[in-house]
Amino acid sequence: MRVAESITVTAPPELVWDHVSDPKRYLHFMSGMTRWSVEGDQETGLGARYRMLLRVGSAEVGGLIELVEFTPARDLAWTSVTGIDQRGRWRIRERGGASHVELRLQYGVAGSGIWGWVAETLASRTVRGHLRRSLQQLKRQVEHEQLRVQAAARRSARATPPPGRPA
Amino acid sequence: MTRATATNGHGPTEAARRRLHTAGPEDAPEAGAGGVVGSLLGAVKGLLAGRIPPADLDERDPDYIRESLPRLWLLCSLYFRGDVRGLGNVPEEGGVLLVGNHSGGNLTPDTVVFTLAFSTYFGVERAFHQLAHNLVLSFPGLSYLRKYGTVAASPDNARTALEAGSAVLVYPGGDYEVHRPSWHRHRVDFGGRKGFIRLALEQDVPIVPVVAVGGQETALFLSRGESLAQVLGLDRLLRLKVLPISLALPWGLNVGDMLGHIPLPAKITVEALPPIHLREEFGPDPDVDEVYDHVVRLMQDTLDALAAERRLPVLG
Repeated sequence: MRVAESITVTAPPELVWDHVSDPKRYLHFMSGMTRWSVEGDQETGLGARYRMLLRVGSAEVGGLIELVEFTPARDLAWTSVTGIDQRGRWRIRERGGASHVELRLQYGVAGSGIWGWVAETLASRTVRGHLRRSLQQLKRQVEHEQLRVQAAARRSARATPPPGRPA
Repeated sequence: MTRATATNGHGPTEAARRRLHTAGPEDAPEAGAGGVVGSLLGAVKGLLAGRIPPADLDERDPDYIRESLPRLWLLCSLYFRGDVRGLGNVPEEGGVLLVGNHSGGNLTPDTVVFTLAFSTYFGVERAFHQLAHNLVLSFPGLSYLRKYGTVAASPDNARTALEAGSAVLVYPGGDYEVHRPSWHRHRVDFGGRKGFIRLALEQDVPIVPVVAVGGQETALFLSRGESLAQVLGLDRLLRLKVLPISLALPWGLNVGDMLGHIPLPAKITVEALPPIHLREEFGPDPDVDEVYDHVVRLMQDTLDALAAERRLPVLG
């Protein structure tokens, strides 16, 4: 089953990337996520591994995942090592001074037959809701961060006197 | 003491691979017990015992469990609206004794809901075994339970699984608790069985209490039928201390629950409590009775809290 949701964030892709590539932030903006912990020494980058769990119905599903694509400010993709089969992707593209952010998730259990298909279909509504809320929370956090950055820049500009004027 | 966790669902030690016995000599039927009824039950026992292949930890099949997770998920999410909390309290690695209260007659939805949650939370790669009555494993059509890691309830089997670093789920109350009347549904009743504490001490593993509510609302359980079981000699012949009487679908009046029943779709809530490290909390030589009282009180308090959350029977 493949589920995808997207949103436009009024901030540069680099700022969005700072959030989606930082494992410490995931529990703050990912809806339904009950665990996102680093496995091993590598925190981020290609090959980094995380143990993640997403609450869907009466179970927390997920498992061990590994980053398989890591292109700063553009794409971050992962695939499952253990647990349910999954592939996920953050796709960030600049569009008119803002960032178009898409979150895709493909999931399933190979070999589970018709019951697997039924379960995936019924779960897709919950998963889609989690993705949508995650993007909304990401947007809020990134745009808030953007405002803070801009405010800090204004404060800094005010504190620095123009040339020729005494401080 | 930390033990290595099995990584593939199979025991990592040679000891874990050895065959386990399912019934000891103490289970042998007594000659002439119960007259005609005794002979009949003895024959039934012989027939069922013949159906019990020797238990082996290797029978647990992680791939089978993984492929069946969607089915379990549908059952637990849609029918029982399962809600499992506190799995983060279960130690990530090593042997651990999960001690649960048991409900639901011979069909125990709390076990199904917890097994799904445990398997998805820790992954099917983590060895997880459940102890079940010999009769459950010998029943026609239930042999698949072995693939989930279910082994016959015996101290030896539990010991071997814990030595292999598995998480082991035990229900000390067993058939006594599972058939308690529905009006005692919010009561933890182990019937004074304390073997699990001696096992945890012997293996030096933590106990994680697992409290479930809702299972006893899947039918109207009327009586354990202990006297009836005694008169018929079921205790001596089949290790059954009860002959439960309930009102259940599709039978109506259901005596024995041997053929199971269709459980009502009661909401099942399960909560795993923080681990109890016996020697850390009770000293180097803990008193078994004191530990028993502590565990039961802790579980009863949690069960009371979970019960207080329920507004209506069955619906939850």
